[in-house]
Amino acid sequence: MELVTPAIGLVFWMLVTFSLLLLVLKKYAWKPILTSIKDREETIEKSLQEAANARAEMQKLHSQNEALLAEARAEREVILKEAREIKEKIIGEAKAAAEEEAKKLIARANDEIGKQKSAALDELRKEIASFSMNIAEKLVGKELENKDAQKALIAEQLGELSKSQSSAG
Amino acid sequence: MPDFSRLVANLRISKILVVLGFCAFFSLSAGSKDPVSASTDTKIEAAVDHGEKHGGTHGEEKMDPGKMILDHISDAHDWHLWGHTSLPLPVIVYTKSKGLTFFMSSKFEHGTAAYQGFKLNEKNKLVWEDEKQTEAIYDLSITKNVAAMLIAVLVLLLIMIGMARTYKARQGKAPRGFHNLIEPLILFLRDDVAKSSIGPRYESFMPLLLTIFFFIFTNNIFGLIPIFPGGANVTGNIAITMVLALVVFLTVNLIANKYYWKHIFMPDVPVAMYLIIIPIEILGVVLRPFVLMLRLFANITAGHIIILGFFSLIFIFGAMSPVAGYAVSPVSVAFTLFMSLLEMLVAFLQAFVFTLLTAIYIGMAIEEHHHAEHH
Repeated sequence: MELVTPAIGLVFWMLVTFSLLLLVLKKYAWKPILTSIKDREETIEKSLQEAANARAEMQKLHSQNEALLAEARAEREVILKEAREIKEKIIGEAKAAAEEEAKKLIARANDEIGKQKSAALDELRKEIASFSMNIAEKLVGKELENKDAQKALIAEQLGELSKSQSSAG
Repeated sequence: MPDFSRLVANLRISKILVVLGFCAFFSLSAGSKDPVSASTDTKIEAAVDHGEKHGGTHGEEKMDPGKMILDHISDAHDWHLWGHTSLPLPVIVYTKSKGLTFFMSSKFEHGTAAYQGFKLNEKNKLVWEDEKQTEAIYDLSITKNVAAMLIAVLVLLLIMIGMARTYKARQGKAPRGFHNLIEPLILFLRDDVAKSSIGPRYESFMPLLLTIFFFIFTNNIFGLIPIFPGGANVTGNIAITMVLALVVFLTVNLIANKYYWKHIFMPDVPVAMYLIIIPIEILGVVLRPFVLMLRLFANITAGHIIILGFFSLIFIFGAMSPVAGYAVSPVSVAFTLFMSLLEMLVAFLQAFVFTLLTAIYIGMAIEEHHHAEHH
């Protein structure tokens, strides 16, 4: 029975000691310790949050960079394509223009040649007529009386000649 | 955990020391015979005589394990160190007629002498020398338990205030050294005991819970150290656990909100049931701290009794024959070592259980929403 009978002295000292212990520890130990632990936890929490934010930021920057790069690459592609197209167009246009010009030149040259040729043929015909007249005068020795009839004859002859000539040439 | 293994190693060494200490104690202390132990088991007595005839060198005395264990687990006015050496402790007595009396317990000469009209009876209790006197004695002595408690509290204060100082000095840095041992306990109590049992308002109860836990834990551990300044059965003393339970009782009932009282006096049951439920609820209010008191007291006292019981085996068998004593001692030491380790677990467990239940009772008292069933 004595074991379960609280002794008054022990109760008294325990009350005093425990109350003092509680007060002293509360003020000088638990408050600072708990505050420090809490502060540290908050610091850790904040640091982790900041690290996560930084990582997210970096990720964002990285993906932005990627996007920018991709965009730049696409733009380069477009520019290059355009340039190629322009080049081809210019070359094509130049070719077409050159061909046109060449055709024109050839046509003009042909015209010119044709003109020159017909002029030369006329000249030649006249020359031949006068040559023939001269030759005939020299052959006959005198001027024929009926010059007009003669001229017509010659013209006829020449006409035949030029006809046969044009059919030949 | 190197600290832990070192502690275990120390414990083992102290066990060996305590074996030697007990040998010395029982072989040398010839005094303090009282009429109760005179009537000890005749078999043991005969065996002791037998042992004396053969053992020769040391004068063994009658061994009464029951009395030895009871002496150990109850309080005393002086602190027995070894053999005949005891540490005298201050005796403070208040009586109406004499007022406050103060002297050292060595004046009693181990209970054999009276001083200033007081003496110690056979149960180490302070009584009037004149047994006819009936005036009440208020014995406020610094007894062994008070001294042991004060030492434990001093150590606790030194550790915790030192820790607080280091925390301030190392603001925001990682814990180091001894902190790693204490901080997990504090965090465990905060997160798994206070936060989960009390809820969002846990912070204002942290000092109380931490103080209760570390007070019980420190005193439990000190009680397991077999040599001075440990070995006292502080937390296994009903007066100590009574005050702790009283603190819990007062705290819980003083902070309790209206839901708590409504739960007791106007529970969610038919009015006809009030006659049964209300007395049960009121009984519960008192019983909860009462059980706290008994649980701690019984667990720690039982631990001390078991450990001492295993040791007593050596001397009981030794009393039969020295050979049996020596043969039993390794077994006894092994059992005691095992029990001491178990008691270290119990030391933590009981401190934890007391704190957890306190937190749960506080949580019940300040819970905002009324739940009909949480018994």
